[in-house]
Amino acid sequence: MEVRWDVFLIIIGSALVTFLPRVLPLMVLSRMELPEWGIRWLNYVPISVMAALVGQELFVQDGHFSLLDNVELLAAIPTILVAMKTKSLLGTVVAGMVSIMALRFFF
Amino acid sequence: MQGVKDCIPTLLGYLSIGFAAGVLEKTAGLSNLEIILLSVLVYAGSAQFIAAGMIAVGTSATAIIITIFFVNLRHILLSAALSPYFRHLTPLKNMLIGSLLTDETFGVAINEAAQRNRIHEKWMHGLNLTAYLNWIFANIAGAYFGQWISDPAKFGLDFALPAMFIGLLILAIISRKKVKLDVIVAICAVVIAVSIAVVYPGNVGVIVATIVASTIGMVIEKWK
Repeated sequence: MEVRWDVFLIIIGSALVTFLPRVLPLMVLSRMELPEWGIRWLNYVPISVMAALVGQELFVQDGHFSLLDNVELLAAIPTILVAMKTKSLLGTVVAGMVSIMALRFFF
Repeated sequence: MQGVKDCIPTLLGYLSIGFAAGVLEKTAGLSNLEIILLSVLVYAGSAQFIAAGMIAVGTSATAIIITIFFVNLRHILLSAALSPYFRHLTPLKNMLIGSLLTDETFGVAINEAAQRNRIHEKWMHGLNLTAYLNWIFANIAGAYFGQWISDPAKFGLDFALPAMFIGLLILAIISRKKVKLDVIVAICAVVIAVSIAVVYPGNVGVIVATIVASTIGMVIEKWK
């Protein structure tokens, strides 16, 4: 039950960068507004950061680009379909885990 | 109390994703107290998944924090969208409300806002606290269960993180009405992130890809 110093720093840093985007607009935006280009840019951040993370998780294996013989890429296909069909985050996570388990069992 | 009730439909999501986060954090080698601190102080599924995954492979603290910053920048949009309904409160009270804002509580709150033009402070606290306590409970339950799992890959747990990002990405694209442009931005982000990652391992690629692809989206939208 100990807390390591470096892990504690990661937790505090993560808490801070999570806290600020959550509270600042609610505290400040009743007084002023963001410039239009800023809102537009922010609108694309969720799409680009998620896509970048997914891309890195799926296509990069041990520091190399991997397209063939890539079980995770295969598992991503049913996962994407379930996400589009159910629009449920929980359903998508479960579908992903089941797909990768099934694929690893067969290959 | 009505806020507590209105939170109930989302609880299954908090419990199961929180449980998965707890298991992953445990298998990444975090102690129970570290897991509790993480869920109490950070309280964000995507951030905790990333922290667990990156701590497990020994990524530097700076890279972890910057990646989490970008992933959670999306909360700016949620917080900004709710701000008109809380104009009657002081900044300090709004800070308390915002500090527990999540994708799910936002969804419930914006629904409530569609029916009236301001949101009651107590209702919002009821909603937020119910979600928060369930999340912490689910994390602890996951951590407890995680001690018996030696190989998370056997249960497909290592794929929970990419699957969650896929879900967040697809849901974000579906919820807006700019599918074509969103897909272009997403493809740019993937190409940039992957090309950088094979040259410079680590998370520089994700950060550069986020900044460049968002700018591409902003510029294309302006041109049209």
